[in-house]
Amino acid sequence: MPRRFSVCAAALLAAAVGTAAAAPPPERAAELARLVRNDCGACHGLRLKGGLGPPLTPQALAGKPVELLVATVLEGRAGTPMPPWKPFLTEEEARWIVEGLRRGDFLER
Amino acid sequence: MGTSWSAEARAAAGAAALLAAALAGCAAQPALRGTGDLGIVVERASGSLLVVDTTARRVLHRVTGLGDLSHASAVFSRDGRYAFVFGRDGGLSKVDLLTGRVVARRVQAGNSIGGAIGQRGELVAVSNYEPGGVRVFDARTLEPVADIPARGADGRPSRVVGLVDAPGRRFVFSLFDAGEIWIAEMDPDPRRPRITRIRGVGRQPYDALITPDGRWYLAGLFGEDGVALVDLWHPERGARRILAGYGRGERRLPVYKMPHLEGWAVAGTRAFLPAVGRHEVLVVDTVGWREVGRVRVHGQPVFVEARPDGRQVWVNFAFPDNDTVQVIDTETLRVVRTLRPGRGVLHMEFTPRGEAVWVSVRDEDRVVVYDTGTFEPLARLRARSPSGIFFTARAGRIGL
Repeated sequence: MPRRFSVCAAALLAAAVGTAAAAPPPERAAELARLVRNDCGACHGLRLKGGLGPPLTPQALAGKPVELLVATVLEGRAGTPMPPWKPFLTEEEARWIVEGLRRGDFLER
Repeated sequence: MGTSWSAEARAAAGAAALLAAALAGCAAQPALRGTGDLGIVVERASGSLLVVDTTARRVLHRVTGLGDLSHASAVFSRDGRYAFVFGRDGGLSKVDLLTGRVVARRVQAGNSIGGAIGQRGELVAVSNYEPGGVRVFDARTLEPVADIPARGADGRPSRVVGLVDAPGRRFVFSLFDAGEIWIAEMDPDPRRPRITRIRGVGRQPYDALITPDGRWYLAGLFGEDGVALVDLWHPERGARRILAGYGRGERRLPVYKMPHLEGWAVAGTRAFLPAVGRHEVLVVDTVGWREVGRVRVHGQPVFVEARPDGRQVWVNFAFPDNDTVQVIDTETLRVVRTLRPGRGVLHMEFTPRGEAVWVSVRDEDRVVVYDTGTFEPLARLRARSPSGIFFTARAGRIGL
């Protein structure tokens, strides 16, 4: 239920502002959500509260520009263990993930 | 006469009391059995674990309420009855394998990564990311004994990884941010550990292991190609760099999951280590500590584990190759088998004598037990998002 709500919210937001990422099809969205929890979570914590990588909670990401975060996801960050996820994600998907992280969509309820 | 009568009466009363105690105890006491063939399977997403029997290949208990168990690991009390489980959220839980109950629990830090139990079995140490350092607890009660904040030469706090127990009542660990290796001696007073700092061991040690004899501590480096090696018989000699520049002239691949060094893989005089950012397992001679070979594998290795007899090494891989497990023959250094247990292979644990290996397959919600001789599956057990698997045989091993 919360997932459906947030996907709707994302769609509405996208319609309203015109800049937000379009939600991927439900199957891909579920796959991406799993990727965030498991594979991002491998370093950032299953609950995204940080580990070897910094926390990815809404509080931690507040104030960080979306573009910077999208670029970090896609290109990685030199000098840190953060790898580029470009081979596995489109820019649109990376944007959807970043926006989801900023809203706390991927946190367990 | 009177004396003997009263002695008999006392004996009878004593026997009755004993019987009553025994009867009352029946409800609370688990059936008599050993724990040498028991272990745990961490269910990472649900904060629970399974207590498993590796002889019957079945689940005995599910233990819940253990917090965030992503990246959880465990060590065992020396009697093999209790598991100490280290959760990501800083939770340290002591679980009774026989009753399936949590007998003590303490949230000791904000974010932690692993732990070790001391040589005498009376101290449990936990390594933490936040706040960076090591905390030591009484293994019986989990009451705090010592706190060792980790700060580099520049005074900045550092995350701590690669914590092991070493002979001589020592704990050894690495400072990821500071690039240091510390040895904490718990003698003479565990409340005031004596710290030996080895500085400048290399950039970003990400995990470490200790050889089965407790002499050599190896910290894998993430920030550069190489491994820092400390001789714990001679810590005054500092750290030595081995395998320096093993990736020279090659482009390193992005790393989608940090390799682990916990599963020490040694076969005869060869050690097997994951190459960071490469589809290779490095083979090192443990006498001269030089590279003697490389095995090309399916993906970036995460765990590289030797079967207890050293004849095989099993390897699992980082995303996106984490549906596969490969088996290396340690004599020929060839991959002799490629298995596809399913998506999200996170960990492997051998039974104490290595006739079987238990493999956790996260996305399939199951654990697959393989025969290591035939490579055929022997059993499949349901488990929710299983990750680490730890058997009680670890209780008797140095380092864990």
